Amino acid sequence: MSQTSSLLGFVHRQRRGAELFLLILALAVGVGAYAAVGLGVEGEIPADIIGYGGWLAALIIAAHLVVRVTAPYADPVLLPVVAALNGLGLAVIHRLDLAYEAADRAAGFAQKQLTWMTLGVALFVATLVFLRDHRALQRFTYTLGLTAIVLLLLPMVPGLGTTINGARIWIRLGAFSFQPGEVAKVLLVIAFSGYLVLHRDALALAGRRLLFVDLPRGRDLGPILAMWLISLGILVFQRDLGSSLLFFGLFLVLLYVSTERPGWLVVGGTMFIGGATLLYYIASTTGVMSHVATRVDIWLSPFDHYGEGTDDLAFQPVEAMFGMGWGGLIGRGFGDGSPDRIPYAESDFIVAAIGEELGLTGVIAVILLYGIMVERALRAALVCRDGFGKLIATGLAGVLALQVFVVIGGVTRLIPLTGLTTPFLSYGGSSLVANWVIIALLLRISDQARRPVPSLDAEDDQPDSETTQVVKL
Amino acid sequence: MNKPIRTISIFCLLLFLALMINATYLQYYRAGALEEDPRNRRVLAASFSGDRGAILVGREAVAESVRSDDQYEFQRRYPQPLKYAHVTGWFSYFSQTGIEQSQNDVLSGDDSLLFVTRLVDLLSNSTPKGGSVQLTLDPAAQDAAFNGLEALPGEAQGAVVALEPTSGKILAMVSSPSFDPNLMASHDFGAVADTARRLGSAESEPLLNRAIQTTLPPGSTFKIVTAAAALESGNYADAQSLVPGGPTYQLPLTSGESGVVDNGGRACGSDRIPMIQAMEQSCNTSFAQLADELGPEAMHDQAEAFGWNSTYLEDLPLQAPSAYPDDLDQAQTALAGFGQSSVTATPLQMAMVVSAVANGGVAMQPYVVDEVRSPELDVLDKTEETSLSRAVSASTAEELKEMLVSTVANGTASPAAIPGVAVAGKTGTAESGRADVPPYAWFVSFAPADDPQVAVAVMIQKADIPRGEIAGGAVGGPIAKSVMEAVIQ
Repeated sequence: MSQTSSLLGFVHRQRRGAELFLLILALAVGVGAYAAVGLGVEGEIPADIIGYGGWLAALIIAAHLVVRVTAPYADPVLLPVVAALNGLGLAVIHRLDLAYEAADRAAGFAQKQLTWMTLGVALFVATLVFLRDHRALQRFTYTLGLTAIVLLLLPMVPGLGTTINGARIWIRLGAFSFQPGEVAKVLLVIAFSGYLVLHRDALALAGRRLLFVDLPRGRDLGPILAMWLISLGILVFQRDLGSSLLFFGLFLVLLYVSTERPGWLVVGGTMFIGGATLLYYIASTTGVMSHVATRVDIWLSPFDHYGEGTDDLAFQPVEAMFGMGWGGLIGRGFGDGSPDRIPYAESDFIVAAIGEELGLTGVIAVILLYGIMVERALRAALVCRDGFGKLIATGLAGVLALQVFVVIGGVTRLIPLTGLTTPFLSYGGSSLVANWVIIALLLRISDQARRPVPSLDAEDDQPDSETTQVVKL
Repeated sequence: MNKPIRTISIFCLLLFLALMINATYLQYYRAGALEEDPRNRRVLAASFSGDRGAILVGREAVAESVRSDDQYEFQRRYPQPLKYAHVTGWFSYFSQTGIEQSQNDVLSGDDSLLFVTRLVDLLSNSTPKGGSVQLTLDPAAQDAAFNGLEALPGEAQGAVVALEPTSGKILAMVSSPSFDPNLMASHDFGAVADTARRLGSAESEPLLNRAIQTTLPPGSTFKIVTAAAALESGNYADAQSLVPGGPTYQLPLTSGESGVVDNGGRACGSDRIPMIQAMEQSCNTSFAQLADELGPEAMHDQAEAFGWNSTYLEDLPLQAPSAYPDDLDQAQTALAGFGQSSVTATPLQMAMVVSAVANGGVAMQPYVVDEVRSPELDVLDKTEETSLSRAVSASTAEELKEMLVSTVANGTASPAAIPGVAVAGKTGTAESGRADVPPYAWFVSFAPADDPQVAVAVMIQKADIPRGEIAGGAVGGPIAKSVMEAVIQ
């Protein structure tokens, strides 16, 4: 905590003007991309550009105004980055819609995505308005944890859960399908943070030293063991390596940050890699869970699973690679590629669509935007004054980073492919809404962190921080 | 808790760095390899809709791209589809054949020769256009060859190849039956698949370029090779040298009726006759005995000197090598002496034989791509003529020429005679070896004998002609004649 106390002398400015300026740039990205799609695909600027741009602007300005009022000290970069990604995602989804319409396939994703974005911004606003202090969440640690586990188990309920692309991570209620894992990840971050901030001392201090690594006590292994089992359970029963990796990675990160002991990373990492390898071994030798084994095979040799005379299982990743290669450095331009060849280009594989039409330039820009987002979240964690907030911010940053890594790494064949959405870009309601809430939480924590320390004589209504004496903690 | 958070930051940085490095690897370093994958439909679709260069014969385009109003910008069109189908090949979304395949880089504009053009297109932001390919084909010779095969009764199966002996230029190449490449280049992929299936399963195999892909026993036309081997051996000085003759000949290692070779009643003397007479009368007995006398090795070597057992046509894909096996026994070698047993040849190979004889014994590398041109029709590259091999010595070539001229003037090859021009030629009628398959008619020739401008090989595999009337001279001779006339005049 020594870092924090040295920061106490530094007073953050609100920088809301900067945020507004960046938001206008982000809006230009979103509306500009939408116009470029119209020009590239149909040869003219879309007729509804005013209505569309107006709606997008209204959402963004509304979010900005709410931040201005309810979290004036919040990080000024996060919201513009999110707005840019969301706007770009909408444009790319719209571009794919046009291709799908031309091919008589199901389309209209952009329209729905805009609706989801509206709901996401509404929840973002609601979170900021109703959650004035993130520490209030600590009270619901176990409730939220239990809810998260129930949500995670929901897809396993017969008749409710559906299997899409081999992974059972969806539930369907009538015409409405929903990925509960997306919401569960937010709840889990809060639950883990609440649990760990209370038990960190026990986990941190007791233990034995072995080969430069502080190993934890056996009895403290209970929670990590439970989480390990849940993660592997997701892998086995929901057949989704991505979610499994995401939840376990999240848990390890928080464990490490709260205890400051790298030993947990070593133990946990070994357990996960060992467990996953063992499962893969079992899967490939016995044929049980062949889905996982197949995914790994496709990852290792996709070209053996593509084209005539093969099982064509790698059609999606290979088409994505062809598309990204075809895009090259600067991309083919909107309308001049064929990203619609890639199945699910509008959701899991949206990065491949960006790579094809906006090129490596576009992909790197997107990755950098995510990098900035994660960096700003971790910065909030560093500056935050309470352990609970630090853990939540780190956890949310970790979730974003891991999810981006898992999905973009999967699409570009860095790691085996798993079914996760690209935050803010991919078509998908549950993901978009959950991610907007994540940003709201991060802004709330960063507002709290950057806010000048309340003076002890705050009662006498003199909020002039320049003259306030600070008592060192 | 800040120290671990900083560690996590570095960890996240590494994750994003890995993503960026991997994306760069994929989209920059591997992009080329990914584009070369034949299964990459994006590359295909792009080249399919591109403004591809024309394939030119004379001043006319036999394949060109015209603007299309559907989802692909350009449509490939073949103005004279049947006549040039086997040379141009087709350019479909799914595959390419012929020149469309072998010259794909030039036609699509990807060839390094077109680098400057490509750069200009990129900078001026105009639609890239492919380069053109000028073929060596002579439209008049191609017409004559095509019409000659068309005129045969029924749906004839056969091929004609004409070469310019001094350069190796292919002047005509026709295979029958033909097909319409326009159907394969259609943007209606369902129809293309149907056409491909129909043509692919047709009994007459219209997709086959019989000129370079069908190998059949060359029959008596192979006697030129046997005569060449005899002269080259040194045992026979010239065309007048006496060679074994006789009305019948019992093959070595055989006994009885089935091993007897005859001459179909042609005048082949009773004992030894001049080689020129054996050639004029196409005496099987003479050439069987010559081949036996020369031995399998000399025969094999002479055949390979003319181009057997190898492929040498670089401009068109799928050339079949003509076969002269190296393990023939005595009887098979004797049969090979007049082009039977397991000796086979493509029409191109037989054209190469007469072409080499016409060219003083030197076989030239055959080629069909004369020039590569930019979209503005500037010549970027012109094929240099190169010799392939010395098939026979100049003096042997001279003796062979004398025999072949006499064969047209006084012998079996008379249907190819052109008034006022010395024509050298040889007929061939090869047994298919099967009762239900008619014999194959061959005719090879070149003209004018003293200044050869064209060498022709005609092969008719099957036509609606009564079995008894099938003969190389009667069926193939007139076609060869019309092709030669088309070139000379």
